[in-house]
Amino acid sequence: MSALIKPGAERRLKNHSSLGQSVRNSLTMAYRGLLKIKRTPEQLFDVTFQPIIFTLMFTYIFGGAISGNVQNYLPVIIPGILVQTVITTSIVTGVQLREDMEKGVFDRFKSLPISRIAPLAGALLADTVRYTIATVLTFVMGYVMGYRPGGGIGYVAIAGLLVIACSWAISWIFAFFGVIARTASSVQGISMIVLFPLTFLSNAFVPVKTMPDWLQWFVNINPISHLVTAVRDLANTGTMGGDVIFSLVGAAVIVAIFAPITVRAYMRRT
Amino acid sequence: MSQKSITAPHKGDLAIEAHGLVKVFGDNRAVDGVNLKVGTGTIYGVLGPNGAGKTTTIRMLATLLRPDAGSASIFGHDVVKEPQIVRQLIGVTGQYASVDESLSATENLVIFSRLLGLGRAEARRKAAELLEEFGLTEAAKRPLKHFSGGMRRRLDLAASLIAQPPLIFLDEPTTGLDPRTRNQMWDTIRRLVQSGSTVLLTTQYLEEADQLADRIAVIDHGRVVAEGTVDELKASVGTSSLQLRVQHPQDIEMARRTIEQVLKVQSSISAEASKITAPMGNADQVTDLLVALRDAGIPLAEMSVQKPTLDEVFLTITGHGAQEDTHLASSESNKVGGAKA
Repeated sequence: MSALIKPGAERRLKNHSSLGQSVRNSLTMAYRGLLKIKRTPEQLFDVTFQPIIFTLMFTYIFGGAISGNVQNYLPVIIPGILVQTVITTSIVTGVQLREDMEKGVFDRFKSLPISRIAPLAGALLADTVRYTIATVLTFVMGYVMGYRPGGGIGYVAIAGLLVIACSWAISWIFAFFGVIARTASSVQGISMIVLFPLTFLSNAFVPVKTMPDWLQWFVNINPISHLVTAVRDLANTGTMGGDVIFSLVGAAVIVAIFAPITVRAYMRRT
Repeated sequence: MSQKSITAPHKGDLAIEAHGLVKVFGDNRAVDGVNLKVGTGTIYGVLGPNGAGKTTTIRMLATLLRPDAGSASIFGHDVVKEPQIVRQLIGVTGQYASVDESLSATENLVIFSRLLGLGRAEARRKAAELLEEFGLTEAAKRPLKHFSGGMRRRLDLAASLIAQPPLIFLDEPTTGLDPRTRNQMWDTIRRLVQSGSTVLLTTQYLEEADQLADRIAVIDHGRVVAEGTVDELKASVGTSSLQLRVQHPQDIEMARRTIEQVLKVQSSISAEASKITAPMGNADQVTDLLVALRDAGIPLAEMSVQKPTLDEVFLTITGHGAQEDTHLASSESNKVGGAKA
């Protein structure tokens, strides 16, 4: 406080934050999210145990019935369970954002001259760490159980990145629920109702041909099915089909719709 | 003095100007037409009881809440039309510490500094500097969970000062602090203003406003009910306040007339009946009063002469107590004349 403060009337200021500032602010907020994860590692329980338990359970329960044996089922189920697990993980992002926003520090973020999207984008960005953990663990579990993806490590990594990117996009939906919901537990509730049908009414666990016609119609337009197919193509055969593009475009559309309305809802909260 | 360039600030410049601010929550008019003018380089106190609308007013001025009606500008920038500019000019310290509980003091300050555009090394240096200044260096690495209320407040204030904003909002900066910590906070606030900042603080304590503020607005039920310098406000309440209880409730009107004749002021009867409160310009008058009461044959249960408290300021200005919301006090109680905005 030794230096004299520059008077308000003499400052040159602008009313909008640039794209560069938005990115910088978001990265700082992501750093905050990572510090929080470091301080409370117990919040990583779900992304650690869910991939292990679900992969084991689904493979051994459905393997024989669907593909004749566990070994043949692995190339089908591992991409499916990967998508399901990682996207389910993104619900927690919405729940935690809701809890975080109830704390006083979000008041300060609002009063700072920072990009309005940064507190949200940063929190969601930090959560890609969670998706990465879930992705790696699912592939590792698959490997342990005998899954040997034909695409090789490079394409497996691309598949993983695709799932993480899409989950980040989907987490904006849950962030929106997080901002408008009254309590954290209602975020969990709404999100499960949306996500449960979406992940199960897809090709993630069973071949689509075994389903009734009307259901096949839905399963085939379900974006989750396209993401699962994209991951299977990448990991099992090392090919990049139209499903990859469909998934990325879908992800971009979700962000384009939900990021602005989430930020608006966030700004209106008192 | 007259050679000053046009852009140079002078004391007359307004840091805050608000006209008819209104905020309605449901059917509660939390802020109901607040007008404020705060000069640059001053400490302005907003005094009022819980629920008077102090925090809501600050939140509107700090762009955290959109006013339902009225307008406000910070150094000439409208809070609704140019919020991002306003945010570059203000620091806000809320009633509840707005810092990150799960992080350490250093981490908090580094993150806020980075958000405000400081580089990595610069942010570390700024954090260390502020922690040193606020006596938090030893606790810098500990998570805030283990911080005392006073330490949290200081960290909160430190966080508001990173960008050296020319205007700082302090919402009840000392509520819940022990007297020693409170005095430290007062010193800090005084130093802030010496370095050129303008401070708007809210408080429930007249003493705090008395100690710090150049001007005070008394706010009640979402309205500014009186505004002026500390001296003006005090003069309106009297330099001291007489409190008197009669033995027999039936004497109360008589006692009251006697008091008003002798002291030549208007008095009020407080909620617990049989208690009369009146402002006193001169403590010597108490002798005359006691003689007059004895001549009138009114036995007293209790009598004291005190410095005016916030409650008295309220009683005098609004006709009801600061804490209770009852309107038991006399309706024709002394309304502030000279100090009224």
